[in-house]
Amino acid sequence: MGIRLDKPWERLDSDSVSSLQAQLGVYQVADGDGNVLSVGYAGAKHPFGIRSALEHEIRLHGKKATLFRYEFTSNYRSRWDELLMLHLHDHGQLPDHQRDEEGRVGRLSPN
Amino acid sequence: MDFSLNEEQQMIVDTTRRFVQTEIVPLEDELDPDAGSLAPDDQDRLTTMTRSMGFYGLDIPEEYGGPGLNTTTRALMAIEMSQHRAGLYNPCYGVFGGAGLAQLYEATETQKERWLYPTLRGEKKGCFALTEPSGGSDPARAIQTRGFQDGDEWVLNGSKLYISGADKADYALVFARTSDDPGRNGVTAFIIDTDTPGFHVRRVVHTLRATHYATELQFEELRVPQENILGEVNGGFAIANDRLSRQRIPYAAGCIGPAIRAQEMAIDWAKNRDAFGSALAEKQAIQWMIVDNEIDIRHARYCVLEAAQKADSGERFRTEAAMAKLIASEASSRVVDRCIQIHGGIGVTKDLPLERWYRELRIRRIGEGPSEVQRLIMARDILGGSFK
Repeated sequence: MGIRLDKPWERLDSDSVSSLQAQLGVYQVADGDGNVLSVGYAGAKHPFGIRSALEHEIRLHGKKATLFRYEFTSNYRSRWDELLMLHLHDHGQLPDHQRDEEGRVGRLSPN
Repeated sequence: MDFSLNEEQQMIVDTTRRFVQTEIVPLEDELDPDAGSLAPDDQDRLTTMTRSMGFYGLDIPEEYGGPGLNTTTRALMAIEMSQHRAGLYNPCYGVFGGAGLAQLYEATETQKERWLYPTLRGEKKGCFALTEPSGGSDPARAIQTRGFQDGDEWVLNGSKLYISGADKADYALVFARTSDDPGRNGVTAFIIDTDTPGFHVRRVVHTLRATHYATELQFEELRVPQENILGEVNGGFAIANDRLSRQRIPYAAGCIGPAIRAQEMAIDWAKNRDAFGSALAEKQAIQWMIVDNEIDIRHARYCVLEAAQKADSGERFRTEAAMAKLIASEASSRVVDRCIQIHGGIGVTKDLPLERWYRELRIRRIGEGPSEVQRLIMARDILGGSFK
């Protein structure tokens, strides 16, 4: 079973986000070249699940964020940690605004 | 048996209860319902508090600087410390400190200097790697990870499953088969730094428990120095087994806390929620569930305290510990299930902690030996050796 979030990227804007179901899950947000800007989760504190979380990302990154991909899961916390660890493994550091998480997340050496 | 608390125990219980209610629960109101950690500032502040209270490092033996609590007092604290949303698997978010892996107290002085003492100072973390994909209930026979000697080193190949904390651990206690004996006499315990080449944390294993997840490990031509062996070559299973027995009492006690808190919530809800013209608490169907909860909670508490008192008095406690683990995990599961039923729709939402306890308690009936293994242990003790 693959552990990476490797679905095709989708266009990130208010219209595409509003069409999503208001469920719990994890996501990645990227710029036009596919460089990941955020690895995030939509938890129970987000009023409309992944929709609310992605709307926050649009506000956070502005026009720089143009792509996203997501996965619905009720295990959003452990899946989020797994995606953070994978990002750390692949890039040596987390996205700039998530560097504080580096002291918390663990290490993976995926196949 | 006398289950009344002495003055010191009552003071410790009251202090712990107040700490949970005033310091932990308010912070959880702001956290994600499945959160497994506090903000770093809160973690540091509360750890400073527990140190000043003299409660830090609860499980550290007195001769190593711990508070020297007996098993009964420790069980009473475990019941209190787990009475919050994350309390089952992360009581008070670890601000009371840990004691490291119990097996390291059997290590050589050199090994203690390298792994135990830094752990007690909070500088290193360890993980316990016993279970394999081939099975967890009968680990001595299920271990397929192989170790062979090559000069002054041992070379390990194999995999481990459901290992908690390996992704954040500095070292792991790994059990491997080192002889042709297919049973418990062919297993050796190795202490392995997790940055050793060939030590891989391959993936997170997602379960009903969203935090404190398990991991899958793989060892590929992992070379371990001879001095990293804990205990004797082929004598590792006794070390693992000792831990499994001792862990059962605090593990059982921790199950009871969420059940107590869930029962308090259900009573409050039943008294204040009206249906068909009167409070839920006036319906016999609800009253019986509340009573059944109380029976389950008291039964579990008595069994845990009986096991703890036997352990403290130096008597054999294996049967009692197995009984406590079985009853506390199953009874608490029933209690939380009934409390969800009393609450109705809101009981299964993430607005309340009940759904998290419901999920996580299901794991407690399997972890540290499933109910069936606990019955097997008790049957052996009751029937005698010839019926093993």
